[in-house]
Amino acid sequence: MTKDWNLSAAPESTSHVQLQQEYGLFIGGKWIKPSDGKYFETSNPATEKKLASIALAGRKDVDSAFKSADKAFESWSKLSGAERGKYIFRIARIIQEKSREFAVIESMDGGKPIRESRDIDIPLAAAHFFYYAGWADKLEYVFPGRKVRPMGVAAQIIPWNFPLLMAAWKIAPALACGNTVVLKPAETTSLTALKLAEVIDEAGLPPGVVNIITGDGSTGALMTAHPTPNKLAFTGSTEVGKQIYKAAIQGGKKVTLELGGKAANIIFDDAPIDAAVEGIINGIYFNQGHVCCAGSRLFVQETVYAEVLAKLKRRMDSLIVGDPMDKNTDIGAINSKEQLKTIEHYLKLGSEEGADIYQPAGELPKKGYWCKPTLFTNVAQSNRIAQEEIFGPVLAIQTFRTIDEVIEKANNTPYGLSAGVWTDKGSKVFQLTKALKAGVVWANTYNKFDPTSPFGGFKESGFGREGGMHGLEAYLAFD
Amino acid sequence: MEVKDKSVEFSSVPVDLMGINDRIARIKARSIKSEAKVAGLHMALSMIDLTTLEGSDTQQKVRQLCYKAMHPHDELEGTPPVAAVCVYPTLVRTAKEALKGSEVRVASVATYFPSGQSTLEQKLEETHFAITEGADEVDMVISRGKFLAGEYTYVLNEIKAVNALCKEHSVDLKVILETGELGSLDEVRKAADLALLADPAFIKTSTGKIGQAANMQVTLVMLQAISDHYHRTGARVGMKPAGGISDAKTALHYLMMVKEVLGEDWLTNKRFRFGASRLANDILMQLRKQQTGLYQSPHYFSKD
Repeated sequence: MTKDWNLSAAPESTSHVQLQQEYGLFIGGKWIKPSDGKYFETSNPATEKKLASIALAGRKDVDSAFKSADKAFESWSKLSGAERGKYIFRIARIIQEKSREFAVIESMDGGKPIRESRDIDIPLAAAHFFYYAGWADKLEYVFPGRKVRPMGVAAQIIPWNFPLLMAAWKIAPALACGNTVVLKPAETTSLTALKLAEVIDEAGLPPGVVNIITGDGSTGALMTAHPTPNKLAFTGSTEVGKQIYKAAIQGGKKVTLELGGKAANIIFDDAPIDAAVEGIINGIYFNQGHVCCAGSRLFVQETVYAEVLAKLKRRMDSLIVGDPMDKNTDIGAINSKEQLKTIEHYLKLGSEEGADIYQPAGELPKKGYWCKPTLFTNVAQSNRIAQEEIFGPVLAIQTFRTIDEVIEKANNTPYGLSAGVWTDKGSKVFQLTKALKAGVVWANTYNKFDPTSPFGGFKESGFGREGGMHGLEAYLAFD
Repeated sequence: MEVKDKSVEFSSVPVDLMGINDRIARIKARSIKSEAKVAGLHMALSMIDLTTLEGSDTQQKVRQLCYKAMHPHDELEGTPPVAAVCVYPTLVRTAKEALKGSEVRVASVATYFPSGQSTLEQKLEETHFAITEGADEVDMVISRGKFLAGEYTYVLNEIKAVNALCKEHSVDLKVILETGELGSLDEVRKAADLALLADPAFIKTSTGKIGQAANMQVTLVMLQAISDHYHRTGARVGMKPAGGISDAKTALHYLMMVKEVLGEDWLTNKRFRFGASRLANDILMQLRKQQTGLYQSPHYFSKD
């Protein structure tokens, strides 16, 4: 009888992917070389191989991007909602048609498993465009009794954890509301945003309605300090978010920020334990833990702690870490060398703080940036690994005895983006959702996203909502 | 007069339908290709309880099925025989004789299959008959009516009594929960936990005689119960989904579920079975396709 039934390699084909060696800036509907002639490299974090050269936008480029967005705003904002909707529907459909290519590029450039980019990132990105396309001609009914108009030009800066999806979150509502945009993807993951620029070109959007410029933090700083945009939208770290908030106040601009998190995932003893264990896995190891709403703090009621921990370790042992392009990979590559260093710093720190570390056995690939799924037990609320956002596959586990205790501990953080509650008792769910200071509380599930559902934070996790009807408010001016 | 008795000491755990569906979606996303696929198909074939449970069954029909069980498709080299042939008690002797000298076992349904509506004495008598006729394995049904009425002690004692009789003759017992009649996954889990207390060789989903037979949801719930039971007691109880599994791809998903929930110790026909009649031919077709790259007409595969 067969034992050791191991999966054979199931690599996703990359032959249909069309990448250029060098990418310019997408400004005013044209591909433009950077004025300073500077480029940077983007590479595959699983192989460390270079994928393409990307333009580094300087002051002149940022200027011209905003100029073209400003110019395009005049006609775009006057277009009827139904007409704008047509363009956005077209973008959504083209993304769907090219979904396989998008998924492969997303995994090559960012390191996330192809299963996730194929089943989550890309379909959700298309869904966001479809959803907001539908709102474009219904804006006057969204806020009864209030007259709405487009805001103007939006400057949008997005992170590297969900590159195309975050671009969709930002661009779709902005366009539906009649604004024009200048968007900058993160330095390590520009490729799908540049592919999106090709889609926007193919969809025939008027030149300048969407401008996509690439660069590092210096380009981002030029964007936020620029006088043209009326609106700054940022998703990323709390540290950078604070700088952007300052710039927005100085420039008198509207701003929405979606920042870090250190979410509490709470398991009560009456929970469906097997489902909860799966929820813990999805909560912290989804996308290598590079998720602002990751369930990075686990609170388990003491009566079921031993059972939960044993099951969690067994489930971790069955996770497949490795080649992001393999269809069976559960955990892919860490996005960048820099991020791996940060994570490793916290792994060391956790042990120094006296917590006990657990990682499954098994080898990691030699090349590339990798981190095994990790959990820490024997963690104190005052430990830095329990307080600071690690943005990696690292879970800090604490126990609790009573409902009041866990509410207090869960809220005892400067963040407040998300939380999870696991219990078979409906009334307990509602007691918790009222008491937890978090923008999203998942009950008996975790990390579920939908364009119709608003997303955003409390406290230092930011403000403003993206998604749903709430997401329109962030891109409309009210008379 | 019967007295309702809920005093049996046993606890079950809640099951979340969304959680079950999410887990299944992850398992179905596994890509089982090339060598893993061939190994999986061979394994699935060797785990089949080739079944015929019709009022119209005859000795001739059973003999044909037995030959198929031993020689699923001689033209394909390396195809293993199936695990067992599953028949009614009166046909056990016929099957036993037909399978003589092979490793294929004879399983007999008993305990007034499929309804189970009879007394414990009658059930034990039928079980005893199946065993004396030569059954290696007995597939019993639980009293669903009693279970749904909360008479857990009654149900447990019944399983224990049948299992004791089987163990006395070194016969393996499979306990059919008939999940399609239990109403919810919570009840499926509860029935599984109850049956596991009797320490049978296998627990099994369905009789195949009602509309809703095995599916991945109830199978996952039962596998989780087996896993918890194993980690609590060290006993490795087997699992048999039955009815409704007719294609090879689904069978591979089931095996992946077993591997991920229980581990490779369960990837043997001593601990996992498929109760199926049509599945074997689809597996054979897939094996042939792996070998030649082409699908063949179903006419090339014997229908018994």
